[in-house]
Amino acid sequence: MKFLLFSLTGIILGSAALPNQDEALAKSIERGKTVYTETCITCHMGAGEGVPATFPPLAKADYLVKTPEKAIEAVKFGLQGKIVVNGVSYEGMMPNPGLDNEEIADVMNYIQNAWGNTSNKKMITAKMVEEVKQKK
Amino acid sequence: MTNNKPFLKKSLPIALTGLLLTASVALMSTSGGTEEANSPKKLTEANFTIDTVAKGLTMPWATAFLPNGDLLVTERVGKLRLVKNGVLDPKEISGLPEVMYKGQGGLLDVALHPDYNSNGWIYISYSSPKAAGEEGDDGGANTALLRAKLKDHALTDIQYLFKAIPNVKANVHFGGRIVFDKKGYVFLSLGERGQKENSQNLSRDQGKVVRLHEDGKIPSDNPFVKTAGARPEIWTYGHRNPQGMTIHPTTGVIWEHEHGPQGGDELNIVEKGKNYGWPVITFGIDYDNSIISKDTAKVGMEQPVTYWKPSIAPCGMTFVTSNKLKEWNGDLLVGSLKFAYLQHLVVKGNKVISREILFEKIGRVRDVRQGPDGNIYVVLENSGKIVRISPKA
Repeated sequence: MKFLLFSLTGIILGSAALPNQDEALAKSIERGKTVYTETCITCHMGAGEGVPATFPPLAKADYLVKTPEKAIEAVKFGLQGKIVVNGVSYEGMMPNPGLDNEEIADVMNYIQNAWGNTSNKKMITAKMVEEVKQKK
Repeated sequence: MTNNKPFLKKSLPIALTGLLLTASVALMSTSGGTEEANSPKKLTEANFTIDTVAKGLTMPWATAFLPNGDLLVTERVGKLRLVKNGVLDPKEISGLPEVMYKGQGGLLDVALHPDYNSNGWIYISYSSPKAAGEEGDDGGANTALLRAKLKDHALTDIQYLFKAIPNVKANVHFGGRIVFDKKGYVFLSLGERGQKENSQNLSRDQGKVVRLHEDGKIPSDNPFVKTAGARPEIWTYGHRNPQGMTIHPTTGVIWEHEHGPQGGDELNIVEKGKNYGWPVITFGIDYDNSIISKDTAKVGMEQPVTYWKPSIAPCGMTFVTSNKLKEWNGDLLVGSLKFAYLQHLVVKGNKVISREILFEKIGRVRDVRQGPDGNIYVVLENSGKIVRISPKA
């Protein structure tokens, strides 16, 4: 029983380091880059730098790095109202990009691992995206 | 000493008169005397009131004015709505085809036939998913145009007039603006669907403005009807993604604006058969800062009337012809998605003399129209509202 418990724990904890996970993440990032280039780049720009005072950056953005669930919510539902990113206020509107849960997971994995951002091998899945609800 | 007194007596009346005259002139200037009576009063935001005439809309894209005073509104999510007396009718209008609501696609423009009162035709543009038998990518889509009549809350007599070919599997650049001229033709702007190289390709409805008869038939005198391999509906080419198009009230010439890449949004005069240059010439660069073209001009390609750098993401445009806005007659109002304001462009002939930003923070502007009441109506994507801008009495 203990052995089973230990090995299960080991498998779960070690799953982040499994080559299958790395490969899945890499593939997701690649798909995510395509989504980004088509949908997100016009506002957040090629290096995730955004547009000063208009569209927030994604590169080394505290909003994304510290509260990724808020980022998923934005990508899934769009975003309105004031937010603060790296100390700067943004009051625009992000239209709902109209992506499905797979695409949202892919683009999240891409932005979390681009331009100096790293997710430390953690991966967002479509299932996780599915669970994110819009906060009123 | 004795000489000063008489001097003072003489000069005082003169001095006083001088003072009086100066004072009168000064007063005249500040109250706008003769000088300002001859030149138009410059309108500023202070001259206007903004009222909300519709709210609760979801991603509204365009509005049309029905003769009974109702607003007909497209919601990009795929719904057609009525606004009656300032209240959004909860019952949607039925009969729309399947619309591809994804990326920048969805239900787009709505425009009434110029003789709507007698024929009842409503024209609607939308992102149409690839149908069986159509050319192009599986899972792709492109812009289409239909017309229909409205009976209560239903579209009837639906006619599918046009579909841009080929279908493309990309979520960007659908264009979609509908304009009628005074000669019985209808024009539709088409984005290049993210494939810039196809804007110059006359065998594809990408990055084009097309001209059709009002029943969708191809005019026999379109510029490329005799060009081998060219699609006969094409009127002009070399566009990127035009989301503003309108007709000059007196010249009857069609003007459009289109999104540039990073910088290089353009305002163009649309003329038969001309090439507007995308991507061979552009005032912008790509979003990753790479160069799209080092050229901004080329023989055989048209220059814009004006361009915006940085981009303002223009959407919606109208000429002002209203009796209530005489100072702006003949000028253009352009909406900005990116900066959430309106721009007033002073137009003289084929030139833009000046541009000014007005109504900052009004919202993400999707449509700008002059209503039958002569006021300006603005459709706002972020707040789901339509507002009316009217001059104060």
